[in-house]
Amino acid sequence: MAEAVLIPPPMRPAASAPAVTTAAGPARLAVAQLTAWYGATSGVRDVTLGFEANTVTALIGPSGCGKSTFLRSLNRMHELVAGARVTGRVLLDGHDLYAPGVNPIQVRRRIGMVFQKPTPFPTMSIAENVAAGLRVGPRLNHAEREAEVERALRRAALWDEVKDRLHRSALELSGGQQQRLCVARTIAPEPEVLLLDEPTASLDPVGTGRIEDLIHELKREFTVIIVTHNLQQAARVSDTTAFFYLGELVEAGPTAQLFTAPARAQTEAYVTGRFG
Amino acid sequence: MTTDAAVLPEPAPQPAAEDRWKALRMVSRGDVAYRLVLTLLALAPPFLLAMIAGELVRGAWPAIRRFGAGFLTHSVWDPVLGEFGALPLIFGTLYASLVAMLVAIPLAVGVAIFLTEFAPRRLRTPVATLVELLAAVPSVIYGLWGVFVLVPLLRETLWPVVRPALAWLPIFQGAFYGPSVLAAGIILAVMILPYIAAVSREVLLAVPAAQREAALALGATRWEAVWTVILPYGRSGIMGAVILGLGRALGETMAVTMVIGNTHEISLSLVQPGYTIAAAIANEFAEAATSLHLSALVYAALVLFVITVVVNALARVLIWRVARGSAAGSSAI
Amino acid sequence: MAHRTSRRVIGALMTGATYGAAALALLPLAAILAMLILKGAGSLNWDFFTRSSVPLGESGGGFAHAITGTLIIVGLACAIGVPIGVGGGVFLAEFGGGPLGWLVRFVADTLNGIPSIVIGIFAWTWIVRPMGKFTALAGAIALATILIPIVARTTEEMVRLVPNSLREAALALGYPRWRTSLQVVVRTAGAGIVTGCLVAMARVAGETAPLLFTALGNQFFSTRLLEPMAALPLQVYVYAVGPYDEWHRQAWAGALVLIILVLTLGTVARIITRGRRVSHG
Repeated sequence: MAEAVLIPPPMRPAASAPAVTTAAGPARLAVAQLTAWYGATSGVRDVTLGFEANTVTALIGPSGCGKSTFLRSLNRMHELVAGARVTGRVLLDGHDLYAPGVNPIQVRRRIGMVFQKPTPFPTMSIAENVAAGLRVGPRLNHAEREAEVERALRRAALWDEVKDRLHRSALELSGGQQQRLCVARTIAPEPEVLLLDEPTASLDPVGTGRIEDLIHELKREFTVIIVTHNLQQAARVSDTTAFFYLGELVEAGPTAQLFTAPARAQTEAYVTGRFG
Repeated sequence: MTTDAAVLPEPAPQPAAEDRWKALRMVSRGDVAYRLVLTLLALAPPFLLAMIAGELVRGAWPAIRRFGAGFLTHSVWDPVLGEFGALPLIFGTLYASLVAMLVAIPLAVGVAIFLTEFAPRRLRTPVATLVELLAAVPSVIYGLWGVFVLVPLLRETLWPVVRPALAWLPIFQGAFYGPSVLAAGIILAVMILPYIAAVSREVLLAVPAAQREAALALGATRWEAVWTVILPYGRSGIMGAVILGLGRALGETMAVTMVIGNTHEISLSLVQPGYTIAAAIANEFAEAATSLHLSALVYAALVLFVITVVVNALARVLIWRVARGSAAGSSAI
Repeated sequence: MAHRTSRRVIGALMTGATYGAAALALLPLAAILAMLILKGAGSLNWDFFTRSSVPLGESGGGFAHAITGTLIIVGLACAIGVPIGVGGGVFLAEFGGGPLGWLVRFVADTLNGIPSIVIGIFAWTWIVRPMGKFTALAGAIALATILIPIVARTTEEMVRLVPNSLREAALALGYPRWRTSLQVVVRTAGAGIVTGCLVAMARVAGETAPLLFTALGNQFFSTRLLEPMAALPLQVYVYAVGPYDEWHRQAWAGALVLIILVLTLGTVARIITRGRRVSHG
């Protein structure tokens, strides 16, 4: 089990170098002994995992295995549910996001999330939607905001399709376009990590393909973590894959290796489709 | 959470990056203020209710001290002598509402069944909208119509025809001049019908389709399915709708005072004039000469307040049980 | 065989009876609207809208003071009641799960069932009696007392309809709760909230009883909030029960104007929500 899992060394307040190293280089995000609770039961237990900068990590596993719960613990969304809490540490560049005194609202400005169902704000135009995340950052004047909106839309591969109708309602877009709009909205405030929770689950194959191409582009600037039900998608887009089962991290490692020569029998059973 | 992960700045970091880590600890004060403001605004209804109850008791106190519970059982209302007994008012309020319910309930439930079961699809929304429109007409307009259309109609057209057959009944005895409990009851029926119909309709819509299908599968006609299965299923909700209508009828003022005759008399006869608490207040308050008279009217208002609060609470309990607290159920009120 | 036929006959009869119930229920509506137009339309002339009451016995005159009075009193009632009601409604939707929420909800529903004449008496003892005079302000406060619980409940309903996914999306962007609530949730519910306010406005515009001992009514044209003021439903009532034919004629016209006002507000409310529903897809 130890070979493929990225483990941070014992924690001391970070002096200089980031506290976590991986096989390849410094980890952007690192998770240590994370357990997410719903009241007295745990949704995901004792997970220790690292995410390298500018990589795509896929979280796979059957329904109810805890991968979405784990994802939502990373940007402190899990605790929004009544009675929910998290124990353990999530380290962004060595800083524990769950340290006492840390404001979850600020955490969510550093780690962005795109959800399964596209959720454009219905009363806002396309441009206003993209700029929504900018309102809680440093003040921008009109020209700066317009420039940021264009930049985000370009990086989300949506600019050409909407540049002539920026002030039209976001609801006029198709499902795939709305999802790319949500991506643009999420990346506009320049988070460091992008969490994608089954982003293509409600899209058609064309829309899905577009988002997957987008992910390849996005990893140049962000660290991407994607939860997906679709094993082929995981194989297509990710560099690293982590397999969850029944609330535990079973195995994690380079995608190619996990799919062709997994270390655990459970992993092999899942990726070959014997259960799921 | 362990405490050894204290956030320490990395040596010689960029100032901007340093600020970003400090920002992680910033407190959001807006949330506290927002919740506080909203809580204060939300306290308005309890404040108002307390004030209403308090002011009513305060205004009624002289009359309460003077008459006590006898106010509710005595019949003499004489402002000159300073004697005030509200029994005719209470009787009239209940009697007129009873008449209204007897007329409105079959019609309203019939409309509800029509809208949910028998009406052609295309007619459902227009007819439902028109029925709702009945609720939008202001009370004073019903009163106006009552004074100039309904009462003359009853007096000149209907009564001469019906009198030979019915005048021997105690409820139809006496000379009919027009303004009467009957006229008030009919107008009240029209006014409360949309409320009973709307809530009944929602209750019937909430009956699971499986119930109707089961009855039809057993060979029942559409009507039999309604009568034997659907209506019983929605029984407590419809009961709630009826009590809701009662609550409204008890408090109606303008239309009633314009057609009921405004007389402090108790009579079983529908064709005699009568009085309700609301009508008496509307009619006498402006001209009340003594403070005791005013206080007696406020006492009557207090009685009406208590009756309607109790009746409405009862209605809501019944409807809530059926609608299970859905917002749609309570917004019909 | 005979039994089955008689069941069918009964079924057909009762079906017809429900048709009859619907027709009978709508008959008064048709009759009232027809009467209003028949008896009132003829009197809607320029004088009606520009002149106020004239001395007893004279003919002519109009309802300008009453129409203006209703606009002022209802406007003031909304200025007071809508912010409080909407605030209360947003509280109920966002923070209303606990005991305070249950209390406010229960009280609001109770207030909604109190007869408007009782509210009028309340406003009289609370405001008119201490002030020693009848005022438009007292009338507006009475109407606001009716408005607040209605607006609170409809606002709560509309805000609850906003899907949780929108809330989550805003929170995931790092919005604090207050910003999520105001700029996303309440804004999305905006059209529905406005509709609720318009419907409540239509309701209080037609109320007479709360104004009887607060605004009292006024023969003369007045826009002063600390003096008695005429109002449309009040004026209709006074003229309808008065002894002069001239007054009756004007009462019908006033009633027609009142019903047009109420129906217009209601129609605008419906149009707003229909427009929104289309764009939600």
